[in-house]
Amino acid sequence: MSVLSVTNLDVTFETAAGPVAAVRDLRFRLDARETLGIVGESGSGKSQSVLAIMGLLAENGRAEGSVKLDGEEILNRPAAEMNRVRGRRIAMVFQDPMTSLNPHVTVGRQLARVLMEHRGRSYKDALKEVEQMLDAVRLPAAGRRLSSYPHEFSGGMRQRVMIAGALLCRPEVLIADEPTTALDVTVQASILALLRELRDAFGTALILITHDLGVVAGNCDQVIVMQDGQRREEGATAEIFASPRDPYTRQLLAAVPRLDERTPLRPALAADGADALLEVRDLSVRFPLPRQQLFARREYFRAVEDADLTLAPAETLGVVGESGCGKSSLARAVLRLLPVTEGTVALLGRPLDRLDRAQMRAVRRDLQLVFQDPLGSLDPRMPIGEIVAEPLTVHERGLRRAERRERVAAMLERVGLGPETLSRYPHELSGGQCQRAGIARALVTRPRLLICDEAVSALDVSVQAGIIDLLLSLQQEMGLGILFIAHDLAVVRRVSHRVMVMYLGRVVERNRAGDLYARPRHPYTRALLDAVPVPDPAVERRRAPPPAARDLPVPWNPPAGCAYRTRCPWAVERCAAEQPPLRSVGGGEVACHRAEELDLSLATLVTRPLTKPGESAAEDR
Amino acid sequence: MTAVAVPGGLGRHALAALRRNRAAVVSACLLGLIVVLVIAGPWLSPHDYYETDFDRILAPPSLAGGHLFGTDDLGRDLFVRTLAGGRISLAVGVVATAVSLLIGVAWGAVAGYLGGRIDHLMMRVVDILYAMPFMFFVILLMVVFGRNILLIFVAIGAVNWLDMARIVRGQTLSLRQQEFVEAAEATGVSTFSILRRHIVPNLLGVVVVYATLTIPQVILVESFLSFLGLGVQEPMSSWGSLVQQGSRLMETAPWMLVFPGLFLATTLFCFNFLGDGLRDALDPRDRPR
Repeated sequence: MSVLSVTNLDVTFETAAGPVAAVRDLRFRLDARETLGIVGESGSGKSQSVLAIMGLLAENGRAEGSVKLDGEEILNRPAAEMNRVRGRRIAMVFQDPMTSLNPHVTVGRQLARVLMEHRGRSYKDALKEVEQMLDAVRLPAAGRRLSSYPHEFSGGMRQRVMIAGALLCRPEVLIADEPTTALDVTVQASILALLRELRDAFGTALILITHDLGVVAGNCDQVIVMQDGQRREEGATAEIFASPRDPYTRQLLAAVPRLDERTPLRPALAADGADALLEVRDLSVRFPLPRQQLFARREYFRAVEDADLTLAPAETLGVVGESGCGKSSLARAVLRLLPVTEGTVALLGRPLDRLDRAQMRAVRRDLQLVFQDPLGSLDPRMPIGEIVAEPLTVHERGLRRAERRERVAAMLERVGLGPETLSRYPHELSGGQCQRAGIARALVTRPRLLICDEAVSALDVSVQAGIIDLLLSLQQEMGLGILFIAHDLAVVRRVSHRVMVMYLGRVVERNRAGDLYARPRHPYTRALLDAVPVPDPAVERRRAPPPAARDLPVPWNPPAGCAYRTRCPWAVERCAAEQPPLRSVGGGEVACHRAEELDLSLATLVTRPLTKPGESAAEDR
Repeated sequence: MTAVAVPGGLGRHALAALRRNRAAVVSACLLGLIVVLVIAGPWLSPHDYYETDFDRILAPPSLAGGHLFGTDDLGRDLFVRTLAGGRISLAVGVVATAVSLLIGVAWGAVAGYLGGRIDHLMMRVVDILYAMPFMFFVILLMVVFGRNILLIFVAIGAVNWLDMARIVRGQTLSLRQQEFVEAAEATGVSTFSILRRHIVPNLLGVVVVYATLTIPQVILVESFLSFLGLGVQEPMSSWGSLVQQGSRLMETAPWMLVFPGLFLATTLFCFNFLGDGLRDALDPRDRPR
């Protein structure tokens, strides 16, 4: 008998505009040690369906159908009864590990509470079990960390704590709702590996909710593809990826940017010796940290250290790295939204450092920025028309009202938004439409340089593809230079002519996109590429388990020598002694002492594990 | 709506949204009525607020006796006194709140947005003013400038903007982190324009609610000052002072408490409902499509 069987599950919300169907006729059976993936874009009802199973729907939600846990009906049971099921027999892990933990209570006490509540353990016994579980999720020095508060953990560690908490009562079913969406790829890979391992060790059935087909490919036995609350396709993972029957599934698969040759590379730009659009030399951005003691030496947070880059007109330079690697600080320093500590930034040969406020304001016309959060980057109290017109009111004061409106409407049309959008407010648009409006605002003054800071990360894959195509065609049209900052390596590969990898504020590798992805020369680049889930179960199955990701060392106290050596499987003594400079190696630039001798090319991707022999899962600071 | 029209800003939308809110519309009408009564009432009445009717001391309300709301212990017509008192109370409430709003929003928004040393300096000024005992401050003003109703406006306004500045600064600090403000900075919008176009409009929700809470508070503070003999002086009246007097004779002449109290309470309720309505109306996100 299945552990969990769901039949005819319907979820309906009563809203002011009448009932809205969020989920229609969901059905699946799940056995122990099996993983079900529920994939879909935002609004597909994937989260609401599991909330219904857990009995956690919002007030105005109503669930119908049947959910049987070990043959026992649990749908729409009174809260008191559900409280004995939730946490004990079905447990859940959420997307954001920070908001799911109480910041004022130590981790040990918080988790012990679960056991005291459900299993009637004494605090002392509970704490002992918690420690064992934290050990099982590979939290280093679990015993000592019981008395730590949630903020003392990094994102990945926090998610481990959440998983430990969910598994404490040995639930039959574990539901993970986008458990790795907020994490870096390297951390994501290790969390997913951990989930697989724990599933087998504890005999849990796992439901993995995600928008990422790559995650599904490597982790799930069966898949349900959802759209608008409907099941579009379901079946064994291998089958669905090999021969998708539903057009929506096919469209979804086609929209995912890939690291391999199936996603086309952009042809290299002809090097015509044209003047560089943007030239950055030895750029450093440091923030002073509060002194630890009154007369202690002031320490600095080194967001960016000695970064160089050049960008030609109509070229895209991709910037990748984990969170905290300084890629956003670099962008903001170029825009002079952050003070530059050292180094120079020149636009079209004109250094920006010596410009006064008024001159800088005038230059901003040529320098524009597209943000990550499509909604948050638009003023909620302004209609789109006014938002897009704002740069014109600053930079083209002579424009008459009617002309301005015309320019705005034309720009909106160019990004694919109709004239009715002019009077809409941001919250009335979808995420993709908001991002189009953001692009319209950035380009309405016809700038020369566009910086995209994670501009497509918050969007669904199908929407993402549309925005990328739009950016590329606008680039052709206007000869825009684009600095494309993203953590998603596949997206960067799709849009960039050249790619630059950053680690702890330093550039560690830079090369043409094709070469960098085919033959990475820095171990960090290779580690990043290894961690990216590939939407192909066959590839994923053959892959070696990822090395336990260690967290970034703190940027105000980077390791001496090569900053990456603490995570590098190939580190030698020299790496600790000497900081490797960025130097030319075989057509690209790389900052690694052993660049020539190491063969990190992707041909070895699936055959050679990246773990150092005998390395345990020690991580974190 | 015509297709290409860029709407004339937030005002028109907000007004339309406000009209859909029944509680706010009723409150606005009631407030309007009270304002008209308070302004026109004393002129229309045959009595004056200081005039004593020795035949009818503590007369209960009656239409026939000529005293609609009755009279007080000095035989003065309560109807006129209530309306005349309303002039003072409303004026104090509105003017003092407007003053605190103007200074508080500007001060708080500038401090919060600019941050750094300027923020430190500006907020320390606020802290120092906070530390001044309010009563001492008022008495000082009275001693130096003599008794004057205008001084009450000044005194209350001067103290109330401090709260407003703190609230606005806090809100501004979180607004400043938002990407749309950074977007404006990256575009080269001047500091003043960012404050005017992006910061202040997004503060309105909080400010309006706080302002509607301030008006009642100010009216009560004024009545307290009057009670201490520092505010409105006899024979002038205000709702606060009338309620104070009425409360002393609550058992023998309940009307002396009931009528001014009724006006005061109605006004306060109306301001609160109107404030809630305004807050919702000013936020395009809450608006039904």
